[in-house]
Amino acid sequence: MKITVDEGLCCGSGLCVVRADQVFDQREEDGIVVVLDDTPPTRHHDAVREAATVCPTGAISLTE
Amino acid sequence: MTEAVPDYPFEQPDVLEPPREWAETRAACPVAHVRMPSGDVVGLLTGYDEVRGLLTDPRFSRNLDRKGAARMSTTEDGGMFSRPSLGQVDNKEGPGHRRWRRLISRAFTVKKMEAWRPRVQEMADALVDDMAAKGAPADLRAALALPLPVQVICALLGAPSEDQDKFARWSETLLTLTRYTQAEVDDAQREFHAYASDLVERKRAEPGDDLLSELTQISDSEDGRLSHDELISTAVGLLLAGHETTSNMILKMTAMLLSERERYGAVLADPGLVPGVVEEALRMDANGGAGIPRFITEDTEVGGVPVGAGSTLFVNLPAANRDGRKFPEPDRFDPRRENNAQHLSFGAGPHFCVGQTLARVELQVVLGTFVRRLPELRLRDAPDALRIREGVAAGGFEDMWVTW
Repeated sequence: MKITVDEGLCCGSGLCVVRADQVFDQREEDGIVVVLDDTPPTRHHDAVREAATVCPTGAISLTE
Repeated sequence: MTEAVPDYPFEQPDVLEPPREWAETRAACPVAHVRMPSGDVVGLLTGYDEVRGLLTDPRFSRNLDRKGAARMSTTEDGGMFSRPSLGQVDNKEGPGHRRWRRLISRAFTVKKMEAWRPRVQEMADALVDDMAAKGAPADLRAALALPLPVQVICALLGAPSEDQDKFARWSETLLTLTRYTQAEVDDAQREFHAYASDLVERKRAEPGDDLLSELTQISDSEDGRLSHDELISTAVGLLLAGHETTSNMILKMTAMLLSERERYGAVLADPGLVPGVVEEALRMDANGGAGIPRFITEDTEVGGVPVGAGSTLFVNLPAANRDGRKFPEPDRFDPRRENNAQHLSFGAGPHFCVGQTLARVELQVVLGTFVRRLPELRLRDAPDALRIREGVAAGGFEDMWVTW
């Protein structure tokens, strides 16, 4: 799995952080998504897929 | 022959039951025509995919302060989406909105909100202590649902919570659909603005560890990120949004659980269900406001239906949340539903509710506190005695009497 995010689309909701805080974080100054691990291990894949689905702006893309 | 255009918002059978028109409209057409309290006709979206699709489409704006846009409320200004801000404010759409949003998002990150959770818990416990000391019955709106979100947003912004009656009155007036006159709206807007302006001056003289002090310094630095008028409008917007919606949702969630007691019983038996119950209550909210607009600036299609440039569309979020194509058996309350956090109660797209993490923390804290401390919590009156606050875009109840 490879994660790409579109910072321009990101609205800083942090829903991805709630789902997978080992994989996503937010910049302190503006809440925009930070990917901690763009090729996360298998044990995080379900949470990352859920994060991509709930993202309110569709800013997270996955290639599997 | 032209079909009669139904009046909107639709009437609810009771506060917890959705208007039957939602399902009928969803089944009939992706874009239905309805008449707003202003008299203007708009297109209404009630399907999940159509609502989410429109809200996430960056081409279309929520700002109805423009020529040709429909008006919502009975006041001459058309209501909250078309009312111009006072002063030089460019935070409603496009790059101006993005600049502004990034400035305030810093205060609402998941980490910051989790750090607030213990404080929210302390405030909730203190309010429940007071309520318990006074004895049953209590009006849950006055005892907890209104003061808790007000205390939280005031602490976050650095505003005095003793002024809660003022914010509550001004906010309700600004959210009018049919309840207040233009003169009352103008007064409320002017007073709220003057109050926020005064508050900012105090933060400037004596900065504290709060969001308004931080934003005041950014505005003063004149680096182009936040004008003085935008600072004032931000203070007003956050004070208003920070309490109206959360306060109403606390009551609606409580009513949903207590009116069908096995729902409350399930979370009493398994407090691990608290987050799922909160999400399902948000999804099932039948009184989630009049809707969110989009002004259509170029010809487009919604669910295969052509929509011309110059149209105004409204999305009905709670109707979309009961779309059976997204949520099977949509009228069944199921806190274990696997996709219940995908509801649209906080919107979607660039205007997704900036305070939703805080709202979720508040709702989880309140429900957790009830489960721990008030297992015998009950509605004093039959659920159909609950009175909807009519004529205000945010909906909610007039009051809600409980025993325990």
